[in-house]
Amino acid sequence: MSTVIEFNDISKLYRLGLVSTRTLSHDLNRWWATNVMGKEDPYLTIGSVNDRSKAAESEYVWALRNIDFKVEQGDVVGIIGKNGAGKSTLLKILSKITAPTTGTIKAKGRIGSLLEVGTGFHPEMTGRENIYLNGAILGMTKPEIAKKIDEIVEFSGCAMYIDTPVKRYSSGMRVRLGFAVAAHLDPEILVVDEVLAVGDAEFQKKAIGKMQDVSKGEGRTVLFVSHNMTSVKALCKRGVILKDGMLVDDGEIDTIVSHYLRGDNAAANYKTWDQPEISNKGFELLEIGIRKKGGDYQDVIRMDQEMELVIRYRLKEAKDPFWITLHMKNEQGNKIFSFTGAGRCYDRHHEAGEYQQVCTIPANFLNWGNYAIDFMAIQKSNNIEALANEGDIISFTVANKQVAIGGFMGKEPGDVTPRFDFVEEKLK
Amino acid sequence: MSQNNQENWTTVIKPRNKLFEVNLKEIWDYRDLLMLFVKRDIITSYKQTILGPLWWIIQPAMTVIMYMVVFGGIAGIPTDGIPQPLFYLSGVCMWQYFSTCLGSTSGTFTGNAGLFGKVYFPRLIMPLEKVISSLVRFGIQLFLFVIVYVYFATQGVAPTPNWYLLLFPLLVVMLAGLALGFGILISSMTTKYRDLSILFSFILHLWMYATPIVYPLSQVKGKTAAGFDLYTLMHYNPVTPVLEAFKYGALGAGEFIGWGWLAYSFGFMLVLLALGILIFNKVQRSFMDTV
Repeated sequence: MSTVIEFNDISKLYRLGLVSTRTLSHDLNRWWATNVMGKEDPYLTIGSVNDRSKAAESEYVWALRNIDFKVEQGDVVGIIGKNGAGKSTLLKILSKITAPTTGTIKAKGRIGSLLEVGTGFHPEMTGRENIYLNGAILGMTKPEIAKKIDEIVEFSGCAMYIDTPVKRYSSGMRVRLGFAVAAHLDPEILVVDEVLAVGDAEFQKKAIGKMQDVSKGEGRTVLFVSHNMTSVKALCKRGVILKDGMLVDDGEIDTIVSHYLRGDNAAANYKTWDQPEISNKGFELLEIGIRKKGGDYQDVIRMDQEMELVIRYRLKEAKDPFWITLHMKNEQGNKIFSFTGAGRCYDRHHEAGEYQQVCTIPANFLNWGNYAIDFMAIQKSNNIEALANEGDIISFTVANKQVAIGGFMGKEPGDVTPRFDFVEEKLK
Repeated sequence: MSQNNQENWTTVIKPRNKLFEVNLKEIWDYRDLLMLFVKRDIITSYKQTILGPLWWIIQPAMTVIMYMVVFGGIAGIPTDGIPQPLFYLSGVCMWQYFSTCLGSTSGTFTGNAGLFGKVYFPRLIMPLEKVISSLVRFGIQLFLFVIVYVYFATQGVAPTPNWYLLLFPLLVVMLAGLALGFGILISSMTTKYRDLSILFSFILHLWMYATPIVYPLSQVKGKTAAGFDLYTLMHYNPVTPVLEAFKYGALGAGEFIGWGWLAYSFGFMLVLLALGILIFNKVQRSFMDTV
C-alpha cells in the first residue's frame, strides 16, 4: 500500500454576490497588498464558514476549509455530505478544473474524472465520432480509443445507432454512450460524481458492476461522490464526511454512513420538553419520537426493520373523548396516509394523568427516504376541537436495506412498499 | 509512507502556478484531442447546409464584389495597377484568416465555460484548435485566389509574382501568432469583466480600415492626419507589414515593406504571444470561479 493522493490543507474561498465594480476595487486592493506591499491577501482572513442557512456575514465564504487526508492505492473512498458541503468543489480541485486557494494536492498516476458523462458531445457528430472526441477530452489517445472502440460500443448498447448523429439519440442513450467511454478510460485514479443517479435499473447495475471491477479487480483508486447511501456502501471501503466545507469524519464506510445518517436524524426525529411548549387546555405534549424498534433515537432506521413511534403526554384534567391523529408526509410534503392513536376515537375516556402511546410501524412498510409527521391532539366536547396541531413535528430518514452487489440500488417508486400476501397456484 | 514514494508524484496541484509554466509536453500529449477538435470544427461548421464548404468561397467572393463597387467604383481608390478582384481578394483572404482566428480565440473562456467546468485538458488546446481549423478555410479561400489569378493570367493582365512569395508560410505563421496572442489575451481579460469583449468587437472592425486592404499602402504616402504622418504610423500596425509583404510577393503591388518592418511585426508577435500565454495561464487556473 502506498499513498496515491495527498490532500494537504486544501481550502477554497469563494466570493459571494455579483461581480461588480466592487470586485474591481477588491482586486486592486488585493493586488496592492500582495504584489506591491508584499503582505498576505487581505481577503483570506475574513471568509466565513459555509453555512447556507445563515445570512452571509462576509462577502467571502470558505467552500472548503483545511481539508487534509490521504488516499491509499486501491482505496475506494466515498465522499458524503449534504448539498453544498463542498464535495463537488473538492473533486473539481482534484480534477484541475479550478485551483485551490491554499494548500496542495499531490497525486500519482493519471486522474480521470467523471464529473458529468458525455461532456463535449457534439450533437451533429455521430456516436462513433463522439466516442473519439469524448475519449480524447477525457485524456485518451487515438490509438487507445481505437483499441477499445468495439468494447465501448458494446457496453453502451447503442451499436445500432453508432453512425447516427447524437442529436437523434434519446437522453438515456447519450448517457449510456458517455458512461461507456468514461468506463473504459482506465485511469489510475478515478473521480466520480453522482453519475449513477442517471439511467434505468439495468444500466445502474451495469455501471456499478463496472466500477466494482475497476476498483476490485484492477486495484485502482476511486473517489466517489453520491447521495445514494446504498451505492456508496456497496462500492466503497472507506468514507469521509464533509460538512460546511470541513472534513468532519473519516473511517470505515459502514460506520461513516451510519454516522452521517444519524447526524441527519439526531436533531429531527426526537423531541422532548421539560417545559412543555405544546400545551393547550390541560393538554401538554412531553415527548415524541420515532426510532428503530427497541433501539436508540440515534440509531439508523433501516426500511427492513420495525420502527416505533413514541408519544408521551400529560392531561391535567379528564378528557372524554380524546385522541391523537398523525399524518405521514413524504419528502415532497404530500400526505401519504394518516393514522390515529390508541383507542377508538369517540369512546376513549381519559383520566387526568401522564400517558404514553407506542405505535409500531412494520418493517418493509415505508420505503427508504425522508418523512415527516404532523401531530394533532383532538378532543370532542360540544364540537371537535384540536388541542394541538403541529406540522412537521418530527422528521426522520429511513435507510435502504443492504443490497448485494449487482442488486437494484435505485428507489422503487412509491412511499410505501407493503408486503401483501400473494397466493400462487399452478392451475395447469 | 515510505521515503521513496514522496518523490514520484505525477500531479501536484498548487494554488498558484509559476509565472511562466507552460506545459508544452502536456499539450503534446493531448495532440490527438487537438486534431479531433479541428476535425469536429470542420465537420460541424456547415452540417445541414446545402452549399456546405462552398460558403467559404461565397463569403470572400461577395465581399470582394462589394469592395469593387464601394471602394473601387464609388470612392475610386486605385489599386496599384493591379486588377481589382485580385487586389481585394488578396487582402480579404489574409484579413479574414486573421479576424476569424482572433474572433474565435478571444471567446475561449466564455464560450467553453461549460466544457471547461466539467473536465480538465490543457486550455491552450482550444485557441490552438481554432487557429488550425481556420487554416482549412483559409486554404480554400487561397484556392479561390489562385483560380482568379490564373484567370487574369490567361487574360494577360496578371502581375508577376516574385521571390518574396516564398515568405508566405512565415507570413501565415505571423498572422496566426498575432491572432492567437491577441485572442488569448482578450479571452483572459474578459472572464471577469466583460467590458473588453464589447470594446473588442468594434475595435476589430475599425482595425480592418487601419490595415491596407481596401486601399494600397502607397496611397497613404504623404498623407497626414492631426499632424501625424499616416504612412509611418500605419507601419506600426503589426498586421500591415504582413499583408504588404504578401501583396508584394504575390502581385508585385507597391514596394517591398522592408525586412526591418517584418522583423518588427515578428517581434511584436513574440512579445504578444508571451504576454498572452502568461496571462492565459494565470487565468485558466481559476476562471471557473469568475466566468
